[in-house]
Amino acid sequence: MTVLHLRGVGRVHGTGDNAVHALVDADLTIAAGELVAIMGPSGSGKSTLLNLAGGLDAPTSGEVLVEGTVLASLNKKRLAALRRRSVGYVFQDYNLIPSLTAAENASLPLELDGTSAGKARRTALAALEEVGLDVKQADRFPDELSGGQAQRVAIARALIGERRLVLADEPTGALDSTTGEEVLKLLRRRCDAGAAGLLVTHDARHAGWADRVVFLRDGRIVDSSAPLADAETLLEGAQ
Amino acid sequence: MSVKHSLLALLERGPAYGYQLRAAFESATGNTWPLNIGQVYTTLNRLERDELVEALPENDSGQRPYRITEAGRRQVAGWFASPVQAADRPRDELTIKLALAVTTPGVDVADVVQRQRSATLRLLQEFTRLKAAEDEAELAWRLVLESMIFRAEAEIRWLDHTEAVVARAGLPKSPVFEFGGDAPADAEPGLNEILEEKR
Repeated sequence: MTVLHLRGVGRVHGTGDNAVHALVDADLTIAAGELVAIMGPSGSGKSTLLNLAGGLDAPTSGEVLVEGTVLASLNKKRLAALRRRSVGYVFQDYNLIPSLTAAENASLPLELDGTSAGKARRTALAALEEVGLDVKQADRFPDELSGGQAQRVAIARALIGERRLVLADEPTGALDSTTGEEVLKLLRRRCDAGAAGLLVTHDARHAGWADRVVFLRDGRIVDSSAPLADAETLLEGAQ
Repeated sequence: MSVKHSLLALLERGPAYGYQLRAAFESATGNTWPLNIGQVYTTLNRLERDELVEALPENDSGQRPYRITEAGRRQVAGWFASPVQAADRPRDELTIKLALAVTTPGVDVADVVQRQRSATLRLLQEFTRLKAAEDEAELAWRLVLESMIFRAEAEIRWLDHTEAVVARAGLPKSPVFEFGGDAPADAEPGLNEILEEKR
């Protein structure tokens, strides 16, 4: 089932001679269970694509569909509701709210959506447990958590509720390589469990966790890694 | 790869016959470098000739185990004690290909780089998938996998770097071979046109 569909999507900043084509005619489909990585040099349009996919920015041409809904067809309020219910974001700098505890941060989307505080907390605790955060840390504030723990909270928040699309922008940013790998494993596991994931990264090692890798250059998709080969032929090639 | 030293190292675990050695080698390296049994026996014969191993009497099932000798032990120790020399590694075709790509007229270096990056990334995806599937895998096999992951990663980084350098500096003018007299007329189709067809 297709969760995210970009159809001929373009984004131009400015007009006339000053126009900057941040993204040009991008086509991309991500199904449930799939993790897709976007790679490309800085300024190639990676973050633009991610922001358009999550409805944080609107395309100047083409359409973005999330679970079959054209984002441009929604008014502000309904777009916000869709973002809250269907899309989860994981950022490089975690973007946790410093005055809320880990559990409160994770349950925020539910509370904003009108879920009762008790139920929101129970769901948040389960989500935190699922991303491997010690239950003792649930009532700590972000500045009392390590980078790896904070990113786990951000992932729990991104996936809480029924959300099926996870957008991650360099989610392993400042983490050491082992913790970074844990974060990728977690994303991978969530996608294996049925979420659709879009991961922006400059790190080939992280892109290795994806089912497909899309290469961007100057706002255009120039290539994408073909379907995976079977493991038999793989090792021969490595000799 | 040194089959000789690998077999000697395995025999440090205790006496074994050919099939056992092959199985142990493949289990340690995750079938990455398959050994054929003929190769194993030829190597064992040579090791026996050089007195690095000795053949034990055949057992009831007709198998002839080999045991490492004192001289063999010293060989193994020497092997582990010395670093692998660059000269022992095969020439790197990708490096050669790109060195020639930047000096061959009509080659789109960015395209060569991108094709390689895609292919190497696909390998990296496969290795990652194998690694994820084998969380409990033997330590030796995990190390082999990770070595491949690191290599693929390094190659992609080098490709990114090459692309950036070429983009910044531009390509050098392709050198031309000098001839004493008149250069032969160039009637063949250019590389340009052939490459264009391949794209």
